[in-house]
Amino acid sequence: MSKRYSALTLLREGLRGHRGWAPAWHMPDPKPRYDVIVIGGGGHGLATAYYLAKNHGVTNVAVLEKGWLGGGNTGRNTTVIRSNYYYPASTALYDLSVRLYETLSRELNFNIMFSQRGMLVLAHSEPEMEMAARQVNAMQLNGTDAELLNADQVRKRAPLLNFAPDARYPIHGATWQGRAGTARHDAVAWGLARGADQLGVDIIQNCEVTDVITEAGRAVGVATTRGEVRADRIGAAVAGHSSVLAKLAGYTLPIQSYALQAFVSEPLKPVIDTVAFSPAYGTYFSQSDKGGLVIGGGLDRIPSYGQRGNLPVQEDVLGGLIEMAPMLAKVKLLRHWAGIVDVTPDSSPIIGPSEVEGLYVNCGWGTGGFKAIPAGGYLFAHLLATGAHHEISRPFDKARFAGGHLIDEGAASGIAH
Amino acid sequence: MTGRRTESGGLIDRGTTLRFRFDGRAYTGHPGDTLASALLANGVRVLGRSFKYHRPRGVWGAWFDDPNAIFDVALEGNEIPNCPATTTPLVEGMEARVVNAWPSARRDVKGGLDLLHRWLGAGFYYKTFIWPDWHLFEPSIRRMAGLGALDGKEIPDYVADQIHDACDLLVVGGGAAGLAAARAAAEAGQDVVLVEDHPELGGGLYRSGESVEGKARAEWVTEQGATIAKNGGRILTGTTAFGVYDHGLVGLATERGFARAPRLTRMRARRVVMATGALDRPMTFADNDRPGVMSLQAAAEYLTRYGVLVGRRIAVLSNNSAGEAAIEALRAAGAEVTEADPGAGPIRALGGKRLSGVRMGEKRLECDTLLVSSGLTPVVHLWRHAGGKLDWSDEKSAFVPGAAPQGMMAIGAANGTFDLEPALAEARAAALGKPAAPTGNSYSIRPLWPEPGTKGRQWIDFQHDVTLKDVELAARENYISVEHLKRYTTLGMAGDQGKTSNMAGLAAMAAIQGKPIPEVGTTTFRPPFVPVPLELYHGARRGQLLNPLKRLVLEPQHRQAGAALGEYGGWLRPGWYGPKPADQAVRDEVLMARKTAGIFDGSPLGKIEVMGPDAEAFVNFIYYNTIATLQPGHIRYGFMLTESGAIYDDGVIARLGPERFVISCSSAHVDGVEAMLESWRQDGNDPDRLFVHDATQHWATVTVTGPKAREIVGALGLPLDLTRAAFPHMTLRESDFAGSPLRVARVSFTGDVSFELSLRATKAADLWTALIDAGAQHDAGPIGIEALSVLRAEKGFIVVGKDTDGETMPQDLGFGIPRLKKKSAFVGDRGLHTEAANDPNRRQLVGLTAPEGSPTLPTGAHLVTGDRPRSEGIITSSYFSPTLDRPIALALLERGAARQGETVTVWHMGQVRTATVAPPCALDPEGGRLDA
Amino acid sequence: MQLFPCPFCGPRDEREFHFAAEAGKTRPDTTGAVSEADWAAYLYDRRNDKGRVREVWMHLPCREVFVMERDSVSMEVLGTTAFRKAGA
Repeated sequence: MSKRYSALTLLREGLRGHRGWAPAWHMPDPKPRYDVIVIGGGGHGLATAYYLAKNHGVTNVAVLEKGWLGGGNTGRNTTVIRSNYYYPASTALYDLSVRLYETLSRELNFNIMFSQRGMLVLAHSEPEMEMAARQVNAMQLNGTDAELLNADQVRKRAPLLNFAPDARYPIHGATWQGRAGTARHDAVAWGLARGADQLGVDIIQNCEVTDVITEAGRAVGVATTRGEVRADRIGAAVAGHSSVLAKLAGYTLPIQSYALQAFVSEPLKPVIDTVAFSPAYGTYFSQSDKGGLVIGGGLDRIPSYGQRGNLPVQEDVLGGLIEMAPMLAKVKLLRHWAGIVDVTPDSSPIIGPSEVEGLYVNCGWGTGGFKAIPAGGYLFAHLLATGAHHEISRPFDKARFAGGHLIDEGAASGIAH
Repeated sequence: MTGRRTESGGLIDRGTTLRFRFDGRAYTGHPGDTLASALLANGVRVLGRSFKYHRPRGVWGAWFDDPNAIFDVALEGNEIPNCPATTTPLVEGMEARVVNAWPSARRDVKGGLDLLHRWLGAGFYYKTFIWPDWHLFEPSIRRMAGLGALDGKEIPDYVADQIHDACDLLVVGGGAAGLAAARAAAEAGQDVVLVEDHPELGGGLYRSGESVEGKARAEWVTEQGATIAKNGGRILTGTTAFGVYDHGLVGLATERGFARAPRLTRMRARRVVMATGALDRPMTFADNDRPGVMSLQAAAEYLTRYGVLVGRRIAVLSNNSAGEAAIEALRAAGAEVTEADPGAGPIRALGGKRLSGVRMGEKRLECDTLLVSSGLTPVVHLWRHAGGKLDWSDEKSAFVPGAAPQGMMAIGAANGTFDLEPALAEARAAALGKPAAPTGNSYSIRPLWPEPGTKGRQWIDFQHDVTLKDVELAARENYISVEHLKRYTTLGMAGDQGKTSNMAGLAAMAAIQGKPIPEVGTTTFRPPFVPVPLELYHGARRGQLLNPLKRLVLEPQHRQAGAALGEYGGWLRPGWYGPKPADQAVRDEVLMARKTAGIFDGSPLGKIEVMGPDAEAFVNFIYYNTIATLQPGHIRYGFMLTESGAIYDDGVIARLGPERFVISCSSAHVDGVEAMLESWRQDGNDPDRLFVHDATQHWATVTVTGPKAREIVGALGLPLDLTRAAFPHMTLRESDFAGSPLRVARVSFTGDVSFELSLRATKAADLWTALIDAGAQHDAGPIGIEALSVLRAEKGFIVVGKDTDGETMPQDLGFGIPRLKKKSAFVGDRGLHTEAANDPNRRQLVGLTAPEGSPTLPTGAHLVTGDRPRSEGIITSSYFSPTLDRPIALALLERGAARQGETVTVWHMGQVRTATVAPPCALDPEGGRLDA
Repeated sequence: MQLFPCPFCGPRDEREFHFAAEAGKTRPDTTGAVSEADWAAYLYDRRNDKGRVREVWMHLPCREVFVMERDSVSMEVLGTTAFRKAGA
């Protein structure tokens, strides 16, 4: 059995018809009891299980996934990873994530293809350049990499953008984060699942949580479509359905669900190497290694649990894209899809205890959950293992709303997540 | 050279010859051809290369179901990447190149990659390129990947029309069933729209027998079309229904020719009948991707639609009865056709770029073309878009429409009704909204699915080079869910989005797991049904029509005065006037305004009227400040907050009478403030006692500010006493000018005497001209918004959103009293008393002075503290003040109000300098100029 | 593209509407003491039901605020009521 991935094992397996590869993960039945249950087999849930085992030695862990691993927003996003945030709390969180991502392929022995080809956030006027300077300064002070680029420097990095002076939003410059980039989203879920599985975690698919079992006000387990499972601590990482689980368990969340759409074009030979985002046009895009343009934009405007997109936002996002890069008008759209995202009042995530003792939540990532997967898992594992916040997750506790300590990046920088 | 043009038949115009080139070589074809049919007619077999292994490929299908032949096509200087050869109509002069191969499809230098196939199977890249670093390998992989190349040029006038339309019945598909349904509905008086994606009607009839209901095919089709049209039905050919969206909206894309953007129709139909036909499934056997192995149904279509016989010695492997007519037609056209039993043993296609035969078990059959069919798959994409269910039919060995989505019916082959007569009966019933009586079914099929464990490289996804072994590998590694299978192997993610591959993939996974196919399930069907140009979604919202700017009624006057117009808060406004460089022009305007006067077009300033018996209580609730005590004729400055206590907008409110107020919110926030007022008005108030009316765009505002303002306004000869005593600061007078009511307000955003004159927009030009003329007598003139920004900053007046952020509260700006004293409820009141609101380290508004002789401080710089610098504030506005002849700046700084005189460190792009904390107001802090 | 029935204007394109809030919340009387928890619950917490929802919307062209019941999964609109009569 080839368990370890390398050029050498690939060479060997190639010669014998790939018959010796070990399963990436096992398919265990749920046991009646674990130390920790993680509800949700998406990126955050799998990362939580992985770091519980790796960082805290907690291996008697079950990940309960109602469908297939990575089937929620982990497999539906535009794969951007970045930490170009304004507030120190946000930078600490997302930069932890970028740093973890930087070593994740080697650590997991699974190529997640994190490709740090950088990200441009375009500024289209002099006031926007001033805001961009404010942002770049904040990022540098918060200890992450950032540069302020002028229009010529932007043109060098992304010549296909619309530099016409009479463009609706002419390009004056951009903020640049060189360490930002993209990764293969499914591979992140699979690599983490394989890593957690190898450390002894039970990864259980097709196992939907139908109820939360409480005794004396404390969550002690869950009822599932595959039987009852109990644990000392339960972590919920069920983006898109956080409110549904909250209702089952009896806690409340400041979350509204919206559809977020994404788009991919037919494959092209390389036309852009970075991620380019224009807040004014409401669009961003990058090019996958396969060659497709991966395009995203703002949320649909109607609260929704329907995992599909609607025409008005498609027209906004794709129309904006063509204004941003007119030569793409004749490129064809291959597919579009949508995920359901948790949107909080300040667009920042919630990590912390719920109102039900023994049950902890990791939710509210809005449009930006993918980039935070390793950090979300790392911090949530800390919380589940120790019962206390890691320093980096403390500002993201739900208690911030009552105290008025919102972390509203959009309000601070004019650029939403 | 195996394919050839038949002597007669087809829908092509044989009298006209079109010349085109493919991979540099010249060929000819006819109007009515596609690139693929013309090349096949010329005997060209190798029309593409696969994505990964660069295997030579011919065409599999005859329409949107071909994954192989993809070209970059140029015509008259316009180039379009990734054109499917099978759906691109041939045009004289076309220059087509195969994608992702060089120098040609036939001789591709990367063809050797196929030798490495053992190591390039499913997901190989997840298992390697880890050490030393992915970034080392990625650039070359990116260059290898991708299909078409973008030439970097825009096509002139490439603009999609976008139209809304509605009908009673939308019939999707112009084959026999669709035509019959549309005709029956049209004759019954319904408003019918029939769409067909081919340029001509007829659909699947071009793959079956030659007569319909006793009439020749062409005659029958023409008759149906004519009857539909005669009864008021509309027929859109070249039109693809590419998606069904919420509430039943169907997106239609109509082709308008090469290098012209298609037209988008957003169709709302009361009912939709899906008559989208069925697709031929490939058969999974060794080397089933060889050029010359193609769909039996497609071969029939090439023959009848395009007059192309795809081979001379043809072997047929089919497990179903649907191809009988096709075989007959091919024989009639002169081909030597041998039917073989696909169940006779392991099958292998023989030969390389040129097919030489097929082996079945021990038996070998010589042929130049191998036509295969392993069954028909109904085209159910729209059904799934709309939320319809699928049922598995054992009898038909296919997924067929099950529970219907609201307002949709499926008929004909799309419904699994493959026989013509029952399909027509079904269509005619569906036209009237009725289900058809069930009938017998002549279609027979012997299930034939991929057999795991069998030898050879057996392709499942042709474009993406996914073979049966890849599916087996995925299963072995526990990528068992169909979504994992798809994502791990890339099966179904190619340009055809699985139209040719998904069924075989599912069946293979089912077989490996020993499960029935329906238990494995399907992946999600997503729009668009076929790839559509991005321009389709773009349309007219382009250039300046995207989020169009609001325009000033005085724009002609500004242009005449040489204004530099720019976008400010969604309006096109004068930044400054005259030909001088911006900084000089702005400086001159500031100095003029301080010395004589500046005349400013403030029309975008909000003018929202709040009226009614409950108006006073309402504005008192909306505002942070107490408004109830404001007397008629008076004006007050105040804030509107969000419920979390942050400043949403600032501005003045004037009371015109006991029950009438005018809110002057900031220009960029008018829509938001108005919506907020309306929301609160309708929440708990009696809407009959309270009215909100936004008159911003109906009224224009011209402000005269400066020491000479009183004289200049005085020259208008208004019946108003403008003297300081009679008309003090923060009061308002009503008058009239040029037949329009006029409001004159004494408010100042500059610190100088100012009169803000508002009147009907239709009279603005008269007022502007009169004021400019009067100003000229005093060496005063127009000033732009840039000068105003400097003038207000000299006085420490803020711009919300620039000098405040999403956390700023009124107490941070020195307006703390209502927070502590106001007794009645107001929006944001509770938010002003959270833990964060009471934080002693809140950022507060300050001014900054730079050391003598140093340049202007950069806006966007941070104020920092500590050895590892931590941000404790930001510079929000910074200018060189011409009035004071030194730099000025506004900043938000932690505990700033208590730090006057302190030296602080300014950080900007890694550079550090110092500044001194000062009061926000740098000019005339006593306010003497205001009443000068 | 969804069609929402404005109680005053009839069925109109979804682009004309603005989602305001979930229906059924009442602003606490802020002239009295409101605890941080109660205030945060009012201001921020959501039911966010999957399935049938009752929401407050504004039809932007006519500016009327009304209550809409719909299904947040299927997007089916179940009905709209003028705000005044709905008493929400």
